[in-house]
Amino acid sequence: MNLDLNLQVIAPALIVALSLLLVLLGEVFLPASQRRWLGYLALIGLLGAAVVAAMLWGANLSGFGKMVVADAFGLFLTLIILLGAALSVLLAFDFVRAHQLDTGEFFALVLSAVVGMIGMVTATDLIVIFLALELLSLPLYVLAAFKRADKRSLEAGLKYFLLGAFASAFFLYGIAFVFGGTGTTNLGRIAAVLGASPRSDVALVGMGLLGVGFAFKVALVPFHWWTPDVYEGAPTVVTAFMSVAVKAAAFGAFFRVFLVALPELAADWRALLAVIAVLTMTLGNVAALLQSNVKRMLAYSSIAHAGYILIALVAMGVNGAGSALFYLLAYTLTNLGAFGAVIALSDGTRERLELNDFAGVAKAQPLVAAALTILLLSLAGFPPFAGFTGKFFIFGAAVESGWAWLAVIGVLNSLISAYFYLRPVVQMYMVEPAGGWNRLRVAPFVAFVLAIAVIGVLALGIVPAPVIALASGGFLK
Amino acid sequence: MTVHHFIILSAILFSIGAVGVLLRRNPLIMFMSIELMLNAVNLAFVGFSRFLQLVDGQVFVFLILTVAAAEVAVGLAIIVAIFRARDSVDVDEVSDLKG
Amino acid sequence: MEIIVFYLFAAIAVIAALGVVGLRNPVYAALCLAVVFVSFAGLYVLLSAPFIAVAQVMIYAGAILILFVFVIMLLSPPVDQGEGALKWQKPLALGFVGALAVQLVLVLALAVLPSARGSLTPEVIAQRGDVQVVGAALFSDYLLPFEMTSLLLLVAIVGVIVLAKKR
Repeated sequence: MNLDLNLQVIAPALIVALSLLLVLLGEVFLPASQRRWLGYLALIGLLGAAVVAAMLWGANLSGFGKMVVADAFGLFLTLIILLGAALSVLLAFDFVRAHQLDTGEFFALVLSAVVGMIGMVTATDLIVIFLALELLSLPLYVLAAFKRADKRSLEAGLKYFLLGAFASAFFLYGIAFVFGGTGTTNLGRIAAVLGASPRSDVALVGMGLLGVGFAFKVALVPFHWWTPDVYEGAPTVVTAFMSVAVKAAAFGAFFRVFLVALPELAADWRALLAVIAVLTMTLGNVAALLQSNVKRMLAYSSIAHAGYILIALVAMGVNGAGSALFYLLAYTLTNLGAFGAVIALSDGTRERLELNDFAGVAKAQPLVAAALTILLLSLAGFPPFAGFTGKFFIFGAAVESGWAWLAVIGVLNSLISAYFYLRPVVQMYMVEPAGGWNRLRVAPFVAFVLAIAVIGVLALGIVPAPVIALASGGFLK
Repeated sequence: MTVHHFIILSAILFSIGAVGVLLRRNPLIMFMSIELMLNAVNLAFVGFSRFLQLVDGQVFVFLILTVAAAEVAVGLAIIVAIFRARDSVDVDEVSDLKG
Repeated sequence: MEIIVFYLFAAIAVIAALGVVGLRNPVYAALCLAVVFVSFAGLYVLLSAPFIAVAQVMIYAGAILILFVFVIMLLSPPVDQGEGALKWQKPLALGFVGALAVQLVLVLALAVLPSARGSLTPEVIAQRGDVQVVGAALFSDYLLPFEMTSLLLLVAIVGVIVLAKKR
């Protein structure tokens, strides 16, 4: 019996968990007028965790009997998640006040979801991945239903909950079969057992079920249909957080499980995932064409982006994983920025979410309009923005590993997507508003998030080399 | 009595649960069907654990029990909140959000 | 002898599970669920996992089911009036799950399941005690997952309070 208590490995998650407890205590002891400090506290926790994660870079630690690791892959994703969470917290500062949400509980739940996400990307044991998945899902069910006065938010919570629990059951059944087929849940040992013994049908069934569970979580076709409803119904800040951070966490675990534990079965899953990637990209983009609500459009667009990232998994290897990490970083900045712009344009509790609400924004809010334009162009994959560079790396990795046709379909899909990403831009710049715009005051925090997103998108687009070097450095070995 | 008996029983129950989630519209019954699926998973874990002669599967079941309890609390709280907001808990009936 | 007991519990579990999925009235469905839980506890005893059997009865039948029944009583939801819209979903869902079930059962019936990898035969477990064996693993090798569940429970409490409190 050896207790391998290497707390260093889980230090980032521990710091976030600690700040979660402090936020909860603060909610109890601070008077209502002082509760906005809880947001700062959450922010400090996230920043502290990011600093510690950066300090662990390169050490390649593992702990708790190889159940968790702090390798480059996990730490890079940890930093993406912390960035996404910090920007979401900034967006939430004024949002929670305007919508009269419970401040302390809101930030506490966001932080606990972050703990789960960090756990998911650093875990190397299926059972830890499952628990981390639950730790990120439970708070998000509640956060989706957080606007209790709004029945759409409650319905979004219910739908997300039922689908999430359903997906968890599949995921867990997959773990059971992998365990039955190999006698272990440790990713490295699973690979060793599968490599040493003849083909195991039981493990193959397990792999399929795990795939279904992941497909639900990252919203791949045909397990995507909950996404638009949940994204539309949930409070906008929560949607922003979910759309980036959950994706980063779930894809992180998806990549790790399939690339570390199941490379022996790659012949079985690669072709299948390639087909799913095509379906996901195409359906996401085509459905996004038909939406008039911006939140729904961004929901379908996020489905399409999951399809692009899946191409990177099919490509496998250092380039596949590295390009996926880069893409997730670019996507996190861009999507959060886009949601930030949507939040910036809402005044008080009235949100402007329909496409024709955007008419004339360029005159009323030229800076926000410019920022949103840059971010949408990046999502569509125009150079010189991060979205273009990210797609370039993913499609490059696909071509290199012999999946050129997949890259071609990806490029065609990007072309389709340009149409619907440009529609809000046209509205903002070329259409006269039906009603007038009151002068809007963009909250400083939201403006700050927009600035970071735009600067990040430009920087990643123009000088991607250092980041891509970090992303593909020492992957998963 | 071999491991096959237990695993096949577990597969049957898992499928029955999945049918329930997909076909029923009452959230409470959908949720009960999910519990059925989780139980099937537990049976598979204990079955594999017994025949692999490892303790791990039993530990997982213990952890899953905890997760299930937490999930039930949150899920039922959401259902109660919806019910308090209006008088129906039918997923499609309550649906203003149509995909 | 054991095989008869197995088939008995298995039959009860399957019939009750069909009841959960098929019955209109949530109260009856909950009762059927209780029957499934208890028959599963019997199966765990057959698998020489008495600790899990007890936990199953206490947590599933004791806590989780009671919570369900409370909510049903609190809400007194109307009896399900048949299935509403989305008729096309029905054959699709049945086909999907049917295929899954057939595939699972076939693969499992034909598959060569792995042989023992550990040394915990029922005799060893009986000698050391099931609780001790599970407990030792839980607090050594599986310490991290165990601690994670504590955080999970805290989060669940916070979430439930947020959802339940009055504005």
